[in-house]
Amino acid sequence: METFFFAIVALVAIVSGMLVVKCRNPINSALSLVLTFFCLATFYVLLDAPFMAAIQVIVYAGAIMVLIVFVIMLLNIRTETGRRYMHALPVGLIIGLLTLVEIVYFFTRSGLTGARGDFNKELIERVGHTELIGRSMFTDFLLPFEITSLLLLVAIIGAVVLAKRKI
Amino acid sequence: MIPLYYYLLVSAILFAIGTIGVLTRRNAIVIFMCVELMLNAVNLTFVAFSRYLENIDGQVFVFFIMTVAAAEAAVGLALMIAFYKNRESIDVEDINLLKW
Repeated sequence: METFFFAIVALVAIVSGMLVVKCRNPINSALSLVLTFFCLATFYVLLDAPFMAAIQVIVYAGAIMVLIVFVIMLLNIRTETGRRYMHALPVGLIIGLLTLVEIVYFFTRSGLTGARGDFNKELIERVGHTELIGRSMFTDFLLPFEITSLLLLVAIIGAVVLAKRKI
Repeated sequence: MIPLYYYLLVSAILFAIGTIGVLTRRNAIVIFMCVELMLNAVNLTFVAFSRYLENIDGQVFVFFIMTVAAAEAAVGLALMIAFYKNRESIDVEDINLLKW
């Protein structure tokens, strides 16, 4: 039953991912991308990560996609009537398929190695996923967390400067 | 429980679709959305490995990837607006000032 559900969600994710590349109208691409994000949120729920699913929906499908749709409407981009692909279409397809073959080859030939922790299903249900993430982020990853705030500050200043001034 | 390789396969396919989109589309905003698709494929890999290795570090990394994606969205879209003001187009083949 779980595998069947997984197969349906995976199919929807891949088809909507292809629609992002294929659609003529950028708004349709954006809506397909939102659908892909929701499918990924479903995968996160299947992987016992409910907080990541919520963040995925709120930050990606909510904030970032609204920003993209806002810019599409601000620039008033119409449906592309002419060519929508570059002249490098065959080369791009070949490189993309080679990437796929390479990734699948390495994933199937290699074993699962790495540091195992104690983050199992029993612990998630006892403590709660959000609390586990928060505890890890504010102890082990405190310095990267602070650097992230600096990155966001730079992004805010950069966006204001680029969009406001005449370049 | 679903095997790990199924998640990795879905993630690899999404990443390849994103790569094809970045390399072949002409509209800069669609290229940008394909980059977001690639970042999300990597996020799925991180969460799947984190669950199967029973180690929470991967999910904290996903947070940092999301932050970088948000910063990229803000600056990238501002760049596109600035470019549109100059050239009245966001076709990447019109961005050719540094082209040899």
